[in-house]
Amino acid sequence: MSALIDLNVSVQADDFDVGLELQRLRAATPQAGALVNFVGLVRELSAAGQLSEMVIEHYPGMTEKALQQIALQAAQRWPLLGVRMIHRVGRLPAQAQIVLVAATSLHRQAAFEASAFMMDYLKTEAPFWKKEVGDFGQHWVEARASDEQAKQQWQKNSGKSPK
Amino acid sequence: MNITILYFARIKEVVNYSSEDVSLPDGVETIVALKSWLSGRGDTWQKLFSGGGVVRAAINHELVDDMATFDDGDEVAFFPPVTGG
Repeated sequence: MSALIDLNVSVQADDFDVGLELQRLRAATPQAGALVNFVGLVRELSAAGQLSEMVIEHYPGMTEKALQQIALQAAQRWPLLGVRMIHRVGRLPAQAQIVLVAATSLHRQAAFEASAFMMDYLKTEAPFWKKEVGDFGQHWVEARASDEQAKQQWQKNSGKSPK
Repeated sequence: MNITILYFARIKEVVNYSSEDVSLPDGVETIVALKSWLSGRGDTWQKLFSGGGVVRAAINHELVDDMATFDDGDEVAFFPPVTGG
């Protein structure tokens, strides 16, 4: 049974302020005893060479729904109080922030595991596509089998970390 | 039956459309049948749907498998495996 009292997802071109987002999440879930967050960044070096920017395309309409569904699935599985997910789209320079996933819960284990779960699902189910641009030209990033395996681990071990 | 088809990322670049409205012949009502019907347009399309790369599909914003069926007025999307995060 989900105890989620604050769920907020956003797909945006603009950068985000992690401190401000976490403060909002804390304010919305004052019962929380744990707050976990993950921030994904544009790597300076890709497998192909020096990267100048990442271009992220998405499927407007489906993307927001997919993120919400992922957060709700996590809340079914762990006693989360609040979830905040932000994913940027468009042209992002090297080192830019791409994604924020944050969760609050009474105790740390739920927020830790749910954050990892949400990232693993986001990477394999939310309709975003990355294109790398750099001194090598440009190319679409290939999906990684290891991301799919990370998600499948959660399907095998209900309620446990994928180890 | 009339549907809207959307294309994303690499697939959009290959087919050169981002979206189109199509009128389908009777019997084309599953993703697999739609892929096969589109493949009839020529080499580019055939390679896209029967070549090495995986093409994923969504109907009205829900990820679906090849046997999923759609109805008149639905929005079908084709895209490569996702790479966000």
